[in-house]
Order: sequence, then C-alpha cells, then structure tokens
Amino acid sequence: MSDEGGGDGSGEGKGVTMRVEVDVPKCVASGQCVMIAPDVFDQREEDGIVVLLDEQPAPELHADVRESAVICPAAAIRVIEK
Amino acid sequence: MTETLAETTAEAEEPLPEFPMPRATGCPFDPPPAARALHSERPVARVRLWDGSTPWLVTRHADQRALLADPRVSAENTLPGYPHMSAGFRENAAQRRSFVTMDDPEHARIRRMITGPFATKRVEAMRPDIQKITDDLIDTMLAGPTPVDLVRALALPLPSLVICRLLGVPYEDHDFFQRNSSLLIHPQASPEEVLGANKALRGLLDGLVAAKLADPADDMLSELAARVRAGELTQRDAADMGVTLLVAGHETTANMIALGTAALLENPDQLAVLRETDDPKAVARAVEELLRYLTIVHKGRTRVALEDIEIGGETIRAGDGIIVFPGTGNWDAEVFPEPERLDIGRDARRHIAFGFGVHQCLGQPLARVELQVVYGTLYRRIPTLRLATGVDQLPFKEDGLVYGIYELPVTWTS
Repeated sequence: MSDEGGGDGSGEGKGVTMRVEVDVPKCVASGQCVMIAPDVFDQREEDGIVVLLDEQPAPELHADVRESAVICPAAAIRVIEK
Repeated sequence: MTETLAETTAEAEEPLPEFPMPRATGCPFDPPPAARALHSERPVARVRLWDGSTPWLVTRHADQRALLADPRVSAENTLPGYPHMSAGFRENAAQRRSFVTMDDPEHARIRRMITGPFATKRVEAMRPDIQKITDDLIDTMLAGPTPVDLVRALALPLPSLVICRLLGVPYEDHDFFQRNSSLLIHPQASPEEVLGANKALRGLLDGLVAAKLADPADDMLSELAARVRAGELTQRDAADMGVTLLVAGHETTANMIALGTAALLENPDQLAVLRETDDPKAVARAVEELLRYLTIVHKGRTRVALEDIEIGGETIRAGDGIIVFPGTGNWDAEVFPEPERLDIGRDARRHIAFGFGVHQCLGQPLARVELQVVYGTLYRRIPTLRLATGVDQLPFKEDGLVYGIYELPVTWTS
C-alpha cells in the first residue's frame, strides 16, 4: 500500500503531487477521514459513505490525507504521490 | 508405546494461559500483565477459555489491524470454533442475528441502513443538545448533596438520553433497558439471564418499531420501520438492530466517562491541562488518548478463521478461534511510545479502541462528541472534583465484557 510508506507524516511534501482515490463500495462510513482531513473528505448525508472533495489536495494537507489512509478501517483510501 | 510418548509430550508442554487474564492488583488502568508478557514474547499464542476451547490470542497492534481487516477472518458467531466468553453468550448467538456478527456482503447491506445518522456532520449537529443535557445533569449534581455517584448522576444518563432521542426510545424505560443491557453483555450472567435480557429488550424494541410503523416520528426506529414497510427488513431484524444500537449506545460511553474521570483524577497534571484548555482540538486529542489508554472493550474482539492464515510466526488454521486483544495493541510501544503514560497531548489516533476493519464501531463519531463534551465541561465546571474514596476502593468492572466502574463516588469543594 502506498499509504504506509509515505514518510513520517510530518513532511509538507515539497514539490510532491498527491492524487487521492476512494473505493466507495469498500467504505464503512466510520467517518475517520472526515475527522482528520475535512477539506478533502466528506460523507453522504443519507448513509455516511465517503465523498471525495479534493482529488489533488494542496501540500499542507498531505500529512492529514496520509494519516486518513492509514487510519481508514476499510482501506478505502488510496494515496498516490509522485 | 505411542501412548506413553504422547503423554510425555503433553506433560512437557506448558499449560496454556487462561483467558480472560486478570489485571494486576493496584493497576486498574493497565492491561493484564499476562497479556503484556505474551505481547512481547509470543504475540500470536493459544489460550484456554472457560469451556476448554483454545483460540489464538493476538496481542500486537500490526497483527490486530491485519486480522481485523482480513476477509479470511469471520465475525459469524454461529460458526464452529468461534470463541464465546460464556455459555450465555454462546446460547444467545443462536437466538439473535445482529449485523455485528455477520460477514459482508450481508453485513454491509444492513450496516449501510444505519450509518447515516452517525455521519460526522449529523452528529456535530447534535452537539448543542449533548452540551445542554450535560450542563443540566451537572446543574443537578451541583444542587444536590455530596458525595455523589458520578455513574448514576452523569456517566450513564448522558449517553442513555442521547441514544434514546436518536432512536426514539422513551427515556422513562431507562431502568428497564439499563438493567437488561448490563445482563445481556455480562459474562457472569447465566444462559437464562442472557436469553431473558435479550427477550426483554427485543420485546421493548419490537413494540416500538410496531408503534413507529403506525405513527412515524423523526428518529432511527422510524427509519427502520420504513424499511420494514418497504420489505427491506423483517420487523424482527429491525427490533434486533434497535437492541444492538441501544445497548452499544450507552454501555460503552458511560464506562468511558466514569473510567476516564477516575484515570484523570489519578493523573492530576493531565487533568489540569484538560481543565485549563479551551481549545476543542486539545480536548479531542485527550479523548483519543483516553480511548487508547483505557481500551474498555477489554475481553477482546472475537473472530474465527475461514482459511489458514500465517501471522506472527504462527499458522492459524481454518476453523480456529481468534481473540484480538486491543488492550495490548493500544499499549504497543512501537506505535505509542511510553504507552503506560497517560499523555493527553500525544497523537493517539491510530488506537484500535473502536476496533478495525469493516466492523469498526458505527457509533464512534457520536461517542467522540459525547466524550469531548463531557471531558471538556465537567472538570471546568467542577474544578475541585475529587474521588470521595480511595482509587483502590473503587468497584472496577473486572468481570464485565466492557471495562468500567460500577460506582464512582465523587465530591468537591463548594
């Protein structure tokens, strides 16, 4: 998984671009990603399933997005960094 | 000849550790020493339960996350090999179908029917109500005599009132459902008591679902009743889901409030930091740390292997029982340095106090807001709050499926 090896989580990802993907069928609506990175993730009102707000979050959000991917209980968040 | 050899081998082997394991005297907040020893020496190890069965106890954070997220591991509690904590739980498993003990895809279908009300924003919208209930309960405490039992005065009524409102259960029934809830999840309860408690709670919820079918309101039981009408659920399934939500909705948070308060009173430097902050983020961090440190689901999360699984240097065979023990996972120094220290400033978000995988606690956003409100309010409103008895005198729920305190006598300087 690309998320596990993403550094110590404190880097601001200078010059790094990040792309986020969510696997909607896998999501279990735990809401942890919304708690950690509310600018990037939201939940559908009717069933709490993930809504991706920002596919290419700004560098200052990268650490939170990586943490969301690690904490997601359903492994429904994929982070690709280049 | 062969028999003699077999006997010799059996005698040479050390007896398996018994599970559950006792906590050390004088260390009511620490995981059991025997479980911590396994964590460092044999992180995937056979243990022996009350019925002689020998499931695997999994004690490391990384292995716990891996197994709880593994589709080869089942939560289906009617499968052979599934570890049961008592005869009552085993008999009740055959009686009661809950999404908590189903596997996907059926589990996902049912779970998604009830995740909406627990979405972060919808729970945030409940925060003012939760604050009001908390303030009112504290007002009543302050107006009454001391010492007072914090469990009865605040820890139990707050989450009970909140889950009742969310579900549409009349709070007047609280003595009835609180008594039956604690029997339903009590390992020392006899099979008759567990089955009786389940029947009583299902009767209550079944009656309520029937009432909401006829006269819907703006609550979760009415939403479930609408699904019964639409043919998506049977009325019995809806009642069983109501029981699960009602029990899980108050037993857990209530124990966190009481146990968390006791732990903070024993760590006055940490309590002082929490009391003096008005930063909601600092309070939220403290909640995660207390969830980690206390890990109230202290008899573990039970599963059964569907296939052979290699983990922690062992092979768990198809049909073997598995107990994931989050108490030691949340005290795993590789993830949480100095895990025995309650440090409300640390980033504890990787804790698995709510479990992990597809069954991770559905109500966690609600539990978080309730705990943030209580921990953020109680010690500010009653800055001289203290135990009215020695911590060694407190009746901890060592025997409970969920850890906590039966009674927490507190007092303060008026």
